Amino acid sequence: MKSRKKTYVEDIDRTIYDISNKERHRFATIKGLNESIIKEISKEKDEPKWMLDLRLNSLEIYNSKPVPTWGPNLSELDLDNIVHYIRPDTDMSHSWEEVPEDIKDTFERLGIPQAERESLAGVGAQYDSEVVYHNTKEELTRQGVVYLDMETAVKEYEDIVKKYFMTLIPPSYHKYAALHGAVWSGGSFVYVPKGVKVDIPIQSYFRLNAKGAGQFEHTLIIVDECAELHFIEGCSAPVYNVQNVHAGAVELFIKKGAKLRYSTIENWSKNMYNLNTKRALVEEEGTIEWVSGSFGSRISMLYPMSILKGRRAKSEFTGVTFAGEGQILDTGAKVLLAAPETSCIINSKSISKSGGVAMYRGLLQATKEASGAKAAVNCESLMLDNDSKSDTLPIMEFKNDNIDIGHEAKIGRIPDESIFYLMSRGMSEEEAKAMIVRGFVEPITKELPLEYAVELNNLIDIELEGTID
Amino acid sequence: MNNDLLLKIDELKVSIGDRNILKGLNLEINEGETHIIMGPNGAGKSTLGNVLMGHPEYKIDSGNIYFNGEDINGLSVDERAKRGLFLSFQYPEEISGVTVENFLRTSKMAVTGENVPILEFQKQLKEKMDLLQIPEEYKERYLNVGFSGGEKKKNEILQMAILDPKLAILDETDSGLDVDAIKVIYEGIKILKEGKKSFLVITHYNKILDYLAPDFVHILVDGKIVETGSADLANRIEELGYENFKK
Ligand SMILES: Nc1ncnc2c1ncn2[C@@H]1O[C@H](COP(=O)(O)OP(=O)(O)OP(=O)(O)O)[C@@H](O)[C@H]1O
Ligand SMILES: [Mg+2]
Repeated sequence: MKSRKKTYVEDIDRTIYDISNKERHRFATIKGLNESIIKEISKEKDEPKWMLDLRLNSLEIYNSKPVPTWGPNLSELDLDNIVHYIRPDTDMSHSWEEVPEDIKDTFERLGIPQAERESLAGVGAQYDSEVVYHNTKEELTRQGVVYLDMETAVKEYEDIVKKYFMTLIPPSYHKYAALHGAVWSGGSFVYVPKGVKVDIPIQSYFRLNAKGAGQFEHTLIIVDECAELHFIEGCSAPVYNVQNVHAGAVELFIKKGAKLRYSTIENWSKNMYNLNTKRALVEEEGTIEWVSGSFGSRISMLYPMSILKGRRAKSEFTGVTFAGEGQILDTGAKVLLAAPETSCIINSKSISKSGGVAMYRGLLQATKEASGAKAAVNCESLMLDNDSKSDTLPIMEFKNDNIDIGHEAKIGRIPDESIFYLMSRGMSEEEAKAMIVRGFVEPITKELPLEYAVELNNLIDIELEGTID
Repeated sequence: MNNDLLLKIDELKVSIGDRNILKGLNLEINEGETHIIMGPNGAGKSTLGNVLMGHPEYKIDSGNIYFNGEDINGLSVDERAKRGLFLSFQYPEEISGVTVENFLRTSKMAVTGENVPILEFQKQLKEKMDLLQIPEEYKERYLNVGFSGGEKKKNEILQMAILDPKLAILDETDSGLDVDAIKVIYEGIKILKEGKKSFLVITHYNKILDYLAPDFVHILVDGKIVETGSADLANRIEELGYENFKK
């Protein structure tokens, strides 16, 4: 392909002058979202009517809701250009030459194969993991597990999807949930039948490969009674999109006695607004475990929520956030203790450097049914220099007195004495800092599968490089 | 003798902020020698150790430090470690999330600049831990986190044993240790001392004399070495106190 410019503004010009014969398939000159675009998306996907209705209803809500102002400043986010993100056959696949150098560099250092890099950068369409996917799928099918891309699931498992889709994250939840409802595309659907314990972690393959995925993808996972699953979302290479907003939705249903571990390493390119919504509904004696690594993006607002609905339901959240230059990572966890003896543990670690802002924003709520519930919240922040900021903002709202709650927050810097100590054992200043930071996030890395742990450490090394003048 | 001169400190003056701490200190250590430094609290003993190791907070106002004939004043801390200097800290730092084993192997590779194969390293580590009577499970623990005072000190000596420096500065490694631990540590040092290792031992106790035969004992008072002698100088301090050595 000829070399093309990165910005969508210039894309429009190109569209008009270069590729006129393609124009009728596109909505090139329309700005902003409207009904006809939504209808077009739905038609393109050949969706049932209820899904189209859901999209249209979402659109209405989206248009009626103001941009939230309680968090990071989103005023630079130009959603009028949203149409360019979702054109069904847009020439998203820009050329490899256009991918920013820092991203290419990171691919290089993470040791990601060329084919996969191109796919991650939205350049190529296919890569080797197709094979991996099919092998995984065979094994899962044998156990009765359904694992499909979301579009196919809407068709093949319409009843189940209809029953759950956007019930946990309704379009009315917030503006970007509504946006998601209107334009969602791609993502994974997993159903684990009663009693089935899936022993291999499933990695979301569709996130990278479905058209337009990695942008407004929808993940719907149902783990039926007493079943178990470990689902891994994302990958540690920077997900690069010319477009700059990501508003995915993850809905997790954990039935009685079931267990789901949901692991993520998100690493967005640094122009990205990551406005992702994740929620889990946990029934009696069920368990949700979130393991979450947030890297990259310009602004992230990400607060996975556990709704502990059944007696003795449990939630465990382990998260690490790394904010570098020019980044605001506003992350945290929310838990609703809504039944007796429910419990949650939140462990959050954040690192900020070179002027980055890493904010922990947590919400812990208990209903009056939550007698005997327990909550332990532990937030630690490490600021690597004086320009960077970290803060914690935990909010608690309890309607029941009989709740055992522990909260600890620590904000600090790497002590000079620690650096001196490690350097006296032969490590350079950079190595010493990296070792201390890796140790700081060790509680998270040890929760990850080995290859992800290795990548997380690599990411930290990459982020730390150049910290020291 | 002069050709195995390992460390030479020449009229060293050191300050921190606007406080002068070392006020013209001279010291020479040859290869294979053990030197003991004693002195009252606040005299500048730890400062000397820190300055030799290159702690950035201390400012050298004048004087020189030569290690193996090289002026090391301008060298960074890690460069000094690579040249064979080692400091056993009076108060070792706690590093969360980093296991003793991982730390030691990383250090070993950093100091030698060579890859250290994991199996070979584990064998070596086990040997040294046995020697110092450190239970095996300690290698999985986070570095110094939750260690007792004595365990931290033992861990410093373990590090020394693994890194195999030319000159080890032991800053009150024998403080806070029970009698058995002191014995283990000094027996350990004795074994390591074989070969041409040199030691600069900062201590408040002449217990060390039971295990190591020092070549010299120095008394450091108010930033200067005010007296140098043989082993029995340590005993005289025990009797007389430092008062009599102040100039
Ligand atoms: N980082 C520092 N900031 C301010 N003063 C310092 C610092 N380090 C050392 N000093 C001062 O320098 C003097 C010498 O301290 P140093 O720790 O070297 O003493 P010492 O001989 O090791 O004593 P002790 O036997 O108690 O360990 C003390 O008065 C101490 O307060
Ligand atoms: Mg001291």
